[in-house]
Amino acid sequence: MSATQRNLTTAFFAILMVGAVSPMVVGDAKFGQWLEVVLGGLMSGVLYSLVAIGLVLIFKASGVFNFAQGAMVLFAALTLVRLMEKLPFIAALVLTLAIMVALAWFIERLVLRPLVNQEGIVLFMATLGVANFLDGFGQAVWGSDIYTLDIGMPKEPKILFEGTFEGGLLVNMEDAMAALIAGLLVAALWVFFQKTATGRALRAVADDHQAAQSIGIPLNRIWVIVWSVAGLVALVAGVIWGSKLGVQFSLSQIALKALPVVILGGFTSIPGAVIGGLIIGLGEKISEVYLGPMLGGGIENWFAYVLALIFLLFRPEGLFGEVRIDRV
Amino acid sequence: MTVIYRETGQFKTTYASDQQLFPILQDRVFVIGFLVFAFGVLPFIGTEYLFLAIIIPFLILSLAAIGLNILVGYCGQVSLGTGAFMSIGAYSAYNLAVRVPDLNLLVVFILAGVFATIVGVLFGIPSLRIKGFYLAVATLAAQFFVDWLFARVKWFTNDSSSGNVSAPPLAIFGYAIQTPVQQYLLVLAIVCVFALIARNLTRGAIGRSWMATRDMDVAAEVIGIRPLHAKLSAFAVSSFFIGVAGALWAFIRLGSWEPLAFDVNRSFQLLFMVIIGGLGSILGSFLGAAFIVILPLALNQLPTALGIPLSTAMISHIEFMVFGALIVFFLIVEPHGLARLWAIGKEKLRLWPFPH
Repeated sequence: MSATQRNLTTAFFAILMVGAVSPMVVGDAKFGQWLEVVLGGLMSGVLYSLVAIGLVLIFKASGVFNFAQGAMVLFAALTLVRLMEKLPFIAALVLTLAIMVALAWFIERLVLRPLVNQEGIVLFMATLGVANFLDGFGQAVWGSDIYTLDIGMPKEPKILFEGTFEGGLLVNMEDAMAALIAGLLVAALWVFFQKTATGRALRAVADDHQAAQSIGIPLNRIWVIVWSVAGLVALVAGVIWGSKLGVQFSLSQIALKALPVVILGGFTSIPGAVIGGLIIGLGEKISEVYLGPMLGGGIENWFAYVLALIFLLFRPEGLFGEVRIDRV
Repeated sequence: MTVIYRETGQFKTTYASDQQLFPILQDRVFVIGFLVFAFGVLPFIGTEYLFLAIIIPFLILSLAAIGLNILVGYCGQVSLGTGAFMSIGAYSAYNLAVRVPDLNLLVVFILAGVFATIVGVLFGIPSLRIKGFYLAVATLAAQFFVDWLFARVKWFTNDSSSGNVSAPPLAIFGYAIQTPVQQYLLVLAIVCVFALIARNLTRGAIGRSWMATRDMDVAAEVIGIRPLHAKLSAFAVSSFFIGVAGALWAFIRLGSWEPLAFDVNRSFQLLFMVIIGGLGSILGSFLGAAFIVILPLALNQLPTALGIPLSTAMISHIEFMVFGALIVFFLIVEPHGLARLWAIGKEKLRLWPFPH
């Protein structure tokens, strides 16, 4: 990494930090209120991270930028919510997982294997097709209404630290639970990747396809596994998003936010996806609350992308990504 | 002899005859016949529904698809922001038409293209450092930013309270453009001119520099093609076409519209047209646009014709599935799309009725 690059990165985050803290200094914002915004931002950041982790997993193992991750989130959530109407929660969950594994197998067989050795951009466009297909298929099979997914998450917000700040601190318990689940998922993924034989094989494939194949790791099976794991991550993301917003088509669109997250965090790093998600979520909420009114509101929709775009210009590999991107 | 598709006996004795647009006589006859039909016959026999629901959308989307194809198919830079550049064309045209009422409609369309070009080059600058899906995300940034801009900044919509804007009555050189046939002829004329320009650009020096950059950027640079020029000119030409298409779409197809008319789904739709029609082919842009305009209509009619009535929601889901499956199918089986199938058909026809 060059010195300019390092300086620009530092400057970028310094500006972001100043931007995040400035409402406290210049505005008449209350500390408690600011802290609420920060917490809210971090929470939605956790949700972006969940989708981003799925993207990173697939990119590391197969070099495919999986645009269909959002569609997989929607599909998993729809499947679960409709199965729960007939079955108890645990049975529905297991069945949904089985369906996601089957989906991974189909994608590997029908899409990835015929396109093996193609350029990344071709595979990217193929996943665009997969995303479209899944959006249509999920809604054709399971219906396209808005379904409420109730898995017993605590709904009512809690007020903490009433003594410390004026008005207390309003914390959404559902978001806190979501953060907890996401943390558990990341921990489980870490154990899976670091401590199991399959995980080692996955890491080997991620490092070097050819070397991995030459020592007898079956690439095709690894891809099915990795897409299944991504399906599992999509299911967790779908459950959390779904119970927060209801299971509906827009889930698939929200997942587009995971793109700037992986750009910021780096395409090949799971910690990057988590931290990138937190930065994006935080930046988005703070800009919306404190900068939005000046610009007419609604800047949430593009803020993350513009942030990522600026970051791309001086650091295309992202915060923690490998410096392997061929630049022009 | 010309009845059978043979080029035997057509000798090229000058450079001009070798380099002309359609070197084979039968192709020329076919194209001229097709244009005569489109300009001279169709306006008299077409129904209003045919023009409004099929042909006008098809022509305008073809123009946008040509623009996108220049960028994606010829220069290899994937863009997911086509909808944004269409909306820049649409809103520039609207503002020009409202604020400068005496401006000729053609000038309005051209200037709309110019504004789209400026923004397109601006968002093309990242392409000098990044490529592939990184660039796709960068263009997605353009999409969401422009969506927001036209929805929230009231100046662009002339302070309309609902965000909806309407095109002024259309007139060109004193003739009012009102009936579907008049609209069709205007669009057809514009699209023909632009298709010709695109065809010639892509087979000229600039088009070759785009294709060289697409095939291998480092090698292109080594043989003396400046990547900056090649990429930014592709972005400029592409956005110009797309901007004009956006202005046409807004003024002629929609009449009155809101920013949602040009959202990210429009971008995807155009990308699908280009993939299905054929990457790097002007004809493919037309074929892809025709396919994507006609398929939903066919899907709407087919179940009823077969006696299985489906709900509209179900039809739209099936549409999603069909498009998704087709994208994957074409990428695997025929990456050059419908245009390649057409070319294969022509090759077969040259030999017909003999097998070799």
